[in-house]
Amino acid sequence: MAVNSVLPPSTGRRQVSWGTPLTYALALAIAAVSIAPVIYVVIGGFRTTPQIVADPAGLPDPFVWDNYARVLTQSNFWQQAFNSAVIALGTTLAVVVLGLAAAFVLARYSFRGREGLYTFFTLGLLFPAGAAILPLYLMLRDLNLINSYYAVILPQVAFSLPLTIVILRPFLSAIPRELEDAAAIDGASRLGFLWRVAMPLSRPALVTVGVLAFVASWNSFLLPLLVLSDVNLHTLPLGVQNFSSQYTTDTAGVLAFTSLAMLPALLFFTLAEKQIVGGLQGAVKG
Amino acid sequence: MFVLVPMGFAVYYSLFRWRGVGPPTEFVGLRNYTLAFQDPIFLDALRNNAIIVFGSLLIQGPIALGVALLLNRRFRGRAVFRLLVFVPYVLAEVTVGIMWKLLLTGDGTVDALMRSLGMGGLVQAWLADLDVVIWTLLAILTWKYVGFAIILLLAGLSNVPDELTEAAAIDGASWWQIQRHVTIPLLGPTIRIWMFLSMIGSLQIFDMIWVTSVPAVRSLGASATMATYMVDNGFFARLWGYGNAVAVILFVISFVAALLFQRFLLRRDIEGAITGRAK
Repeated sequence: MAVNSVLPPSTGRRQVSWGTPLTYALALAIAAVSIAPVIYVVIGGFRTTPQIVADPAGLPDPFVWDNYARVLTQSNFWQQAFNSAVIALGTTLAVVVLGLAAAFVLARYSFRGREGLYTFFTLGLLFPAGAAILPLYLMLRDLNLINSYYAVILPQVAFSLPLTIVILRPFLSAIPRELEDAAAIDGASRLGFLWRVAMPLSRPALVTVGVLAFVASWNSFLLPLLVLSDVNLHTLPLGVQNFSSQYTTDTAGVLAFTSLAMLPALLFFTLAEKQIVGGLQGAVKG
Repeated sequence: MFVLVPMGFAVYYSLFRWRGVGPPTEFVGLRNYTLAFQDPIFLDALRNNAIIVFGSLLIQGPIALGVALLLNRRFRGRAVFRLLVFVPYVLAEVTVGIMWKLLLTGDGTVDALMRSLGMGGLVQAWLADLDVVIWTLLAILTWKYVGFAIILLLAGLSNVPDELTEAAAIDGASWWQIQRHVTIPLLGPTIRIWMFLSMIGSLQIFDMIWVTSVPAVRSLGASATMATYMVDNGFFARLWGYGNAVAVILFVISFVAALLFQRFLLRRDIEGAITGRAK
């Protein structure tokens, strides 16, 4: 009785103590389903193929580093990671620079047909880019760009621009007119205003579009598959696919290669998670 | 423009029988289109795309909504759980495909796990059985893309003002009632945008199908989609005229679906939601 009178009678409190274990149990279950396969692949890379065949769901016993060492020293892993990095960085840089320029013009200049042009870009979001891949290949072939970094970078930039402009323009239009006038009085040209005022102010949005472009490029497969037949230009997704079909019997090796290929995207995402979520948040703000 | 110009070429090429060498000369009119619709493999691909479009919406939608509501509650460690749920979405489709292919091999990890859980009777030839493979692929796609739906919904939830839910709580509404009558209706625009993106993505799905299902299964139509059919025939079999005809069909189907969706469901949302920061 004494205990009862001390305990707070609030139902709200009781709900929390009821809800929390259940919430945690559910959240844990969901998280487990999400990452268990990934963890399995990473751990599987530390086993040997006979171990995996004998007991597919077991733990490494003993731990072997050999698979990872083999992938890192003997395969084309580093070459492919380098190619992926060049293409992803080139794409990101071009998307951010061109997207910023286009969005700036569409946001801060008034000219006839401006809204029409903007609608045109938003319509670009509706076009299914995947359908254009065959004629795109033919165009790149006629331009002699097949088997070059440009063959991947240029189309990726083109396909990323609509989304980039749609995300960036609102940021740039939201900058108050007074700031532009003040910059003009201080002697800044329009470009100076873009460089010194508009760009720093819209940095979160720039980071978002940059991250989205980078991740999309890093993961892309169909375009490189068609336009990069030269093995020395292959990117990591192509590498994963080739390695797995070339060494079908070396399950442990494939697991190791797959986990190494996942690593950069995972690291990058963990570092940039706030930006990605924040950017999408901006995109669905209603 | 970057899509329109190539699509213009595609329409032109699609009227020829052309192996991709030299200029196209053998004009065949609309024969490539009639051929496509007479090919049972292409019809299978259409059916598979339909399964993926509707399956994704019907399965991912409820799961994502439930998880998003759960992860929107305040509890310690929430940020970590949010991060973990997004992991599958960040990985490349190719990596995910290879990963599941290894897990699902005959007598592999998934089979062993199911047997040890006493569900050995349910074990299938996941990726080889012609009647099962498309559902296996749908399950993998769900695993990968439900995280994207959750990110979008969580973003939408963060825009639901606390005042509204607090007011409902003060009026005596339970947690479920608040979700049902206040939160979910306010998520409408976000849900519709997700449906739209999911639909367009499902129609063009390629990477995962390509690496996960073996070419033999794909060429029988069991796991083909419009995009894999297009690349198999147009690029690898060098039937460029025919492949371009398939590309035009894929383009028209996707674009019409997008326009219809926009016309009936998204009209207001596109303005308000995608460009929300404008005003």
